[in-house]
Amino acid sequence: MKQFAALLRKDHQPVRYLVVDDSVFARKNLIKMIEMFGGELAGEAGDGLTAIAEFNRIKPDIVLMDITMPQMEGIEAVERIVRQHSDARIVMVSSVGYQENILAALQKGAKHFVQKPVKPEVLYEILRYVLSDDPNASGAPTALVGESRS
Amino acid sequence: MRMELIQPFINAADAVFAESLQGPTKIIDVEMDENAYRRKGVAALISIKGDIEGRVILDISPEVAVKVASVLAGTPIEASEQVVRETVCELANMVIGNSVTLLNDQGFHFKVFPPEVHMNESGLAGSADTEALVICIETPCGDIFLNIAMRYLHRRRSERTAVPALD
Repeated sequence: MKQFAALLRKDHQPVRYLVVDDSVFARKNLIKMIEMFGGELAGEAGDGLTAIAEFNRIKPDIVLMDITMPQMEGIEAVERIVRQHSDARIVMVSSVGYQENILAALQKGAKHFVQKPVKPEVLYEILRYVLSDDPNASGAPTALVGESRS
Repeated sequence: MRMELIQPFINAADAVFAESLQGPTKIIDVEMDENAYRRKGVAALISIKGDIEGRVILDISPEVAVKVASVLAGTPIEASEQVVRETVCELANMVIGNSVTLLNDQGFHFKVFPPEVHMNESGLAGSADTEALVICIETPCGDIFLNIAMRYLHRRRSERTAVPALD
């Protein structure tokens, strides 16, 4: 299995993730990757409404958000979360990757987009990029590269 | 049958299965089917309506579904009807999502409907009298079948606007 240097917060604590997807397999797959990157699972949700509640409860560093979900879709959930928390860092994870979809998500406040099936090395680079605007990491690289983890 | 509409689905399926199931894939059989679709296992049917219209059926046996689930989750998964349903839908969503991306970026606009799962013995409604391409793809988890029926309903927007109006 490919090894990745751990992505850490500026305080050297693991990055805390909220994983939102209506497919339990997709969530498990993302959680497996988060662990490979040295992160910590703070919470999970299977729809947009639960994602908003979970975000308010756990205040994660990063949200990985699916688009097509029951009850409330990912793009609407992004809009609502960002309206309340302008510093929220949300990465969209969807199999539907055409430009209109990506633009809509970015316009609502998502920071990036990754298409399913997710390649760990692609997600890793996107997370590095998104973490690099960490407001707590002013003047320093945001995603600190720690020790290698398997 | 318009191959330019079918090809994005074949390409997407090949790429999605190879990436998500972590191994080589091979198309081992392709045939035209003009009859109502006879399910081989558990099927997810996704309808598409818009500039192009049709449906895609992804069909796998419950045994293959459980193997796929274990690979997707990265841990052994116990067989259950719920697992089989979720797996078929997740695979279908990934294939359709990737195909739709290719077609949308070519200028086609359409709506994709959520997958309908068919597990019982009754036939697939709406699939009679539809000429379809049936593809069997060999994957590390077992064979996966795709049944694709797609046609143009309208020309692409760019082509419609390029045609001068008649006096």
